Amino acid sequence: MNSTRVFLEFLLFPGLLFTAAAGLLTSWVDRKVTAMVQMRVGPPLLQPFYDLRKYFIKETCVPEGGATGLFLLAPLIGFAGVTLASLILWRALLNPQVTFVGDLIVLVYLLMMPALGVVLGAFASRNPLASIGGSREIQLMIAYELPLVLVVLVPVIQAESIRLGDLVGGTPAATWSGALALLAGLACMQAKLTIVPFDMPEAETELTGGVFIEYSGPPLGVYKLTRAMMLFTLPVFLVALFFGGFVIGPGLAPKLWGLLAWFVLVALTVVIRNTTPRLRTDQAVKFFWGPVSLLALAAVVLAWLGY
Amino acid sequence: MGYTVNALTKSLNVFHLGGSACNNCDIEILDALTPRYDLERFGITLVGSIRHADVILLSGIFNKKARLRMLEVLAQAPRPFLVVAIGGCPASGLIFRDSYNFYAAPADYVPIDAFIPGCPPKPEAIISGVVTVIKALREGAMVPKCLGEPDRAGEMSPVPQAEGAA
Repeated sequence: MNSTRVFLEFLLFPGLLFTAAAGLLTSWVDRKVTAMVQMRVGPPLLQPFYDLRKYFIKETCVPEGGATGLFLLAPLIGFAGVTLASLILWRALLNPQVTFVGDLIVLVYLLMMPALGVVLGAFASRNPLASIGGSREIQLMIAYELPLVLVVLVPVIQAESIRLGDLVGGTPAATWSGALALLAGLACMQAKLTIVPFDMPEAETELTGGVFIEYSGPPLGVYKLTRAMMLFTLPVFLVALFFGGFVIGPGLAPKLWGLLAWFVLVALTVVIRNTTPRLRTDQAVKFFWGPVSLLALAAVVLAWLGY
Repeated sequence: MGYTVNALTKSLNVFHLGGSACNNCDIEILDALTPRYDLERFGITLVGSIRHADVILLSGIFNKKARLRMLEVLAQAPRPFLVVAIGGCPASGLIFRDSYNFYAAPADYVPIDAFIPGCPPKPEAIISGVVTVIKALREGAMVPKCLGEPDRAGEMSPVPQAEGAA
């Protein structure tokens, strides 16, 4: 593995360009399904691309008295995190032999970076509404990270390996423990994407954009792109953990099953987003530390017992 | 210029700035953004922060106090952006013209790009007005007044310091 190839992989195929394009298309799916739920036509296919292009012609406003460097750097932290996460994930999916031991742990950490970047940017902007949004984001992170780690543990116990390449072959979703963990994982994914019912950091109606309130132009575009990429990558992560990924196995059928599972996960997320109201932060923490954690814990115990 | 206008008009984020209006125009604006008219077909979405705005919809006369806040908010908008006046009030003041708190019609001191007349204009009229603006921009018949070029930068920020603003 020479360095040019790694670099190209980072920039083009499973990395930056691929994830960005796929993420923007996923966010179109999100908006289109939303439109269908509301019985309207919805945006054209390329609308997310138009939106992104628009952000890059707009002026970048920097709030006076804020931490300018951190304010402008924060969007890039999450962007780099999700790009790397997607790269590691897709390399494992495409070629399970080349992965390294413990890449799953790296992946869980990298998928945390977008939320961290959002929090840093919010606090750096010196806007009271953004600060409230930032602190809500932190509380939400504290709430969902515990069940998420438990959820990730289930396939690890079943495959008895912490290497992503060993996990992508199996289908834990077909077992009791896997199904329960997947259910808890869906809730965690919803919160990790900070979409309704867990969108209190943004809270359009009360914080008018919350954590993003001071962002304009290219930095805002990078945030939107990061969110779109997360909307693509997190379902892929769950598909890799619970449905065996897209690429394993001979013939077209496993790929189509993987794609179907991915689409169902995305559609479920969007439908939940459109049919639930926003929870308060304390309700979200109770939800994740109560039922979701118990569910994930039960799944871990079941997996330990071999179900 | 062509690229900028094309990129801008394909994806418009609308920010609604109402001041001292009788509230009818505000209701019609909200109406125009409901699923019934589905403005997202054209990439038009409502945003809550002025930093995300591409189009600023003004409604109402903006009386002596609201006017100062409005100018402050307008000065925070990232360029290029459009200012569209909804209803007759921003153009002339209509029935509020002789009120004790009337300063001047916003048309006299805000760089408004387009007026959508009516008291209030129907959602169809608002959509038709926005479509006319987009067409005029793309054909080059109209240039956004707040493009953000350096020599124009000072033109837009008449945030008054005197008159006991703070």
